[in-house]
Amino acid sequence: MKIITYGEIVEQVAKMCQEANFDLGQDVVEAFQNALKTEKSETGKDILEQLIQNADIAKSERVPMCQDTGVSVFIVEIGQECHISGGSIYDAINEGVKKGYEEGYLRHSIVDHPISREKSKGYNTPSIIHIEMITGDEMIIHMSAKGGGSENMSSLKMLKPSDGLEGIKEYILDTVAKAGPNACPPLVVGVGIGGNFERCAYLAKKSLFRPIGHRSERPELAQLENELMEEINKLGIGPQGMGGNTTALDVKIEIEPCHIAALPVAINLNCHASRHKEVRL
Amino acid sequence: MSATKVTSPIEENILKNLEAGERVLISGTIYTARDAAHKRMSEALEKGEDLPFDIKGQTIYYVGPTPAKPGQIIGSAGPTTSGRMDKYTPSLLDRGLKGMIGKGYRSQEVIDSMKKNKAVYFAAIGGSGALITRSIKTMEVIAYEDLGPEAIYKLTVEDFPAVVIIDSNGADWYQLGKQQFNDQHTRQ
Repeated sequence: MKIITYGEIVEQVAKMCQEANFDLGQDVVEAFQNALKTEKSETGKDILEQLIQNADIAKSERVPMCQDTGVSVFIVEIGQECHISGGSIYDAINEGVKKGYEEGYLRHSIVDHPISREKSKGYNTPSIIHIEMITGDEMIIHMSAKGGGSENMSSLKMLKPSDGLEGIKEYILDTVAKAGPNACPPLVVGVGIGGNFERCAYLAKKSLFRPIGHRSERPELAQLENELMEEINKLGIGPQGMGGNTTALDVKIEIEPCHIAALPVAINLNCHASRHKEVRL
Repeated sequence: MSATKVTSPIEENILKNLEAGERVLISGTIYTARDAAHKRMSEALEKGEDLPFDIKGQTIYYVGPTPAKPGQIIGSAGPTTSGRMDKYTPSLLDRGLKGMIGKGYRSQEVIDSMKKNKAVYFAAIGGSGALITRSIKTMEVIAYEDLGPEAIYKLTVEDFPAVVIIDSNGADWYQLGKQQFNDQHTRQ
């Protein structure tokens, strides 16, 4: 049995929070560079160049690439043979977030009460933590700093099975079109299909943790991801919604079985600052 | 690409000639305010109180910056989504607000009020906060300090890059830019 300490988790999480906000992954930077080659709008190209420059500044000066340093979302895979000593994993993660955000001069963007809007006392906590049990003795922490602008334009709908694939595509295109400039395109479009009401939202979120360019292992879904990319980039929204053919950097789809009466579909939009980090303990 | 240099507060004869889609570099004074500050300003107006700064002719930037690192003037400071301020905006336009900087759609009520009051809405590039910070030269808290990043700050900016999205005639670049692009590059 492997023993992982509370303190180790705190340190790793704190580091991940800062790295996610300072160092935009190579997958996203490469996606900007590829888009620069195919973008037809001059304004669009100019915006992509500024996004590359912005990512460079953030990385070299160790400052956040965006002032919305997000809600920190975690998917933690915990091996059944792994033991956490010294306290709860939830507390360890939140302590790590607090430390990482406070020491990294990242913005505290959480209100404790969604109605009264009273600000939370823990610095940018609580975070959103999903735990998945796996076999083995490893712990894999996936972290994403998720911006509010793109989250606000995300959507979930219980379609009818008879709506079928066409209904799903129409809903996705419609959601991206409605989001327009608000979600900070070029976007990463995460789609969850199946499961149930809450599960499809989780699948959509989970899909966003996959690196850009990574296709689904299921051939029919990989094809659908490509097809949707093409369709979305024909909408003309472009970088920052100012016109262009780079509206999405990628589309990710995750599916799961569902009830015979149901076709749940969730679309979780991510802005171009698609910040995700991973650490294995 | 060429850009028009603009000084804030923006003079009326310059403002009325700005056109949707035009790139600008803004220098001068702008004020920050986002959700919480707008709510407070709106409550002040409802109670018949004065706003914490003279809004006549001024420009508001919708931003909640990250805390400044030691040696920095301001942290990362890119635009936030403007639509959340729509509810409060017409009453500020009626009191003389002339410029707004943010990102994303505005409501028809805001566009109508902008036409009536001759105001301009600019977008800065969302998610480029590290780059935008370079054009901010001074920062001073003006009101609602307890709101932290959501307080009202007076900023001096130099060549702050933005695009005119909605001009004083109500032309909306989010519609026109997309349309123009689709017309030029026929959809196949």
